[in-house]
Amino acid sequence: MYIAANHAPDPPTATDRGPGLSRVSANVVALGMVSLVTDVSSEMVTAVLPLYLVLGLGLNPLQFGLLDGLYAGATAILRMLGGHLADRWRRLKAVAGVGYGLSAVCKLGLLAAGSSVAAIGVVLAADRTGKGLRTGPRDALISLSSEPALLGRSFGVHRTLDTVGAFLGPLAAMAVLALSLGSYPSVFFASFCVASVAVLLLALFVRDRRGAVERAEVSVRAAVNLLRHGDFRRVALWAAVLGLATVGDSFVYLALQRRWDVAATYFPLLPLGTAGVYLPLAVPVGRLADRIGRWPVFLAGHAALGAALLLLCGPVSWAGFAVLALGLHGVFYAATDGVLMAAAGPLVPAGLRATGLAVVQTGQAVARMLSSVLFGLSWTLLGLRPAMLVAAGALTVVVLVAAFSRQVRT
Amino acid sequence: MRKIVLALAGSILLIGAAVIFTVTARQGSSSAEPPVEQLTLAPGQLLFRSNDTGRVTAVPLADPGGARRSSGMKCDRFAVARQTAVCLAARPGVLPPVTDIMVLDANLAVRHQEALPGTPSRARVSPDGKLVQWTLFVTGDSYAATGFSTRAGLYEVETERLVKTIEELPVFLDGNRYFASDVNYWGITFAPDGNRFYATLGSRGRTYLVEADYARYQGKAIRENVECPSLSPDGTRIAFKKKVGDGVWRLSVLDLATQQETALAETLSVDDQALWQDDRTVLYRLDNDIWAVQADGTSSPRLLARDASSPAVTS
Repeated sequence: MYIAANHAPDPPTATDRGPGLSRVSANVVALGMVSLVTDVSSEMVTAVLPLYLVLGLGLNPLQFGLLDGLYAGATAILRMLGGHLADRWRRLKAVAGVGYGLSAVCKLGLLAAGSSVAAIGVVLAADRTGKGLRTGPRDALISLSSEPALLGRSFGVHRTLDTVGAFLGPLAAMAVLALSLGSYPSVFFASFCVASVAVLLLALFVRDRRGAVERAEVSVRAAVNLLRHGDFRRVALWAAVLGLATVGDSFVYLALQRRWDVAATYFPLLPLGTAGVYLPLAVPVGRLADRIGRWPVFLAGHAALGAALLLLCGPVSWAGFAVLALGLHGVFYAATDGVLMAAAGPLVPAGLRATGLAVVQTGQAVARMLSSVLFGLSWTLLGLRPAMLVAAGALTVVVLVAAFSRQVRT
Repeated sequence: MRKIVLALAGSILLIGAAVIFTVTARQGSSSAEPPVEQLTLAPGQLLFRSNDTGRVTAVPLADPGGARRSSGMKCDRFAVARQTAVCLAARPGVLPPVTDIMVLDANLAVRHQEALPGTPSRARVSPDGKLVQWTLFVTGDSYAATGFSTRAGLYEVETERLVKTIEELPVFLDGNRYFASDVNYWGITFAPDGNRFYATLGSRGRTYLVEADYARYQGKAIRENVECPSLSPDGTRIAFKKKVGDGVWRLSVLDLATQQETALAETLSVDDQALWQDDRTVLYRLDNDIWAVQADGTSSPRLLARDASSPAVTS
């Protein structure tokens, strides 16, 4: 079994306060702030892009949505490349920085692209490339900067800060639109400035873990060899199988809307409900995972999703169940997103950390994409409620099998 | 300490740049507004949205290059028939987007207003002036998380009945009732009788022209690949955009009796719901301008109004 504790974690600093931040390394907090600021920047653009394309440019967005789906697949591959290069060059911070920088420059690209659909497509693809490149090295940095026993808490802190940014982004976009009397270029430029602040924070406050990493052989073969390691293979495999059995966010919201007849005006607010639960729970659940084991918590998170699905298609349509289902969806995120990285981290040698985490993330992402297609299909064939019931059943079975199969030591 | 100073200085510089850019954009947008005039729906006018100001603007139909008169009404989409007009305006700076649907009288005063989620796409008034229809783009509605969907609805001016979406309209395809979870409608157009109407139905990657009966509230798919239909004043032909490639549409006319399609002389891709000026001419938006072309496929397109969209003709 690989033990990756052969490095000195950052000592807790005087700036760390509160139960969540205490004992979390300054590097993790710095990365969290970088993610927060970056999310403000990217959510600003995400929030106004549909408006800009349809009203500002008079484009047909249906065709844009099609392009968008294609990029998701490309991101998965780039994530592996980002992780691999970061490990090979032993420069996690640099590769993550290139990813953050590329996405920042793309905000200016949106200004330069003007009304050319092709150019906007290229810019959005480059933006996704940046996101794909940075995710693996960033999560590797978080895991290498934390005491192995506190990984769950570290990822919890990071994801909390990340989600705060996602909350603030649309508000920032609204502020810019109000101040500029509806100028989209202003939103893009402001988004670029905010993203640049994030790159600056990364450059100044995030420390690379180069010295802490033993020189491992980094090659494609080494990455494949990772999967020979039993516990890591089990984590990667189960993450993918569970991903295949999950139901995508938009399906959950759509089912909730249909069941309880949520007014269309409030529909876009449903994700805020999930985030509102995820946000306060990310750190406590991460700490719980550190105490009782990350893998059980990861599985319990999927069980929470299964319970949410059952509420959505169950016989009782009491309004409180809608709130409960949304809450359980938030619990699912709190118990799976960061916790999976915390679980997988220690199973990968430090020198291959970015690659290993990228492999797990990619497997999960591809599985979730597939599950969306499958769920869409079964919805069309069976109808929404039966499809939900089938999905909840499948998820329950997978969680039970995973729970009773060989324990993953994390 | 040095790092903190650097970070603060850099952040202040960057945020300052963003604020300056934003405030400059504000000043640029508020200059040179034309004076507001009282417009009416008197016959013989071409009304449109001025793309410079966003305001409903009028020129004489006989002299579209003549003096422009600008109303105070800001719309993203605009349409007219008889003594009724409809104005779709996205609420500025509201996220998720909300569109105000305003039903206007002959003096362009608001007589009824609805707010619905989405971004303005198409607007029409039935030839009898009794029904207004719209299409809005809605995000996050479809199960493809990043996809867009459209929602088409209508409003009865006299009875004040609102149909937020015609998604529930029972539709028959090849004699069988069509069921799908991903039904989208766009581009409603009504016949002079105020009952027969057409719209595009999009589902499972295909588009159909649906012919429907409003009173019986039932429709059937009569043809594929006919988007954004627009019925001619005599009710015999449909101008539409025919998809010829990804994101490329050819403006065409379908004869309903013979099912004969005629490609119009506009060879560039048109993404608009065309408007019949009369039984011989259709108007449409291309890039930033309004163009006119013969409905029989002859003659080349001619430019009608620059920096304009949403053409509407009063009669």
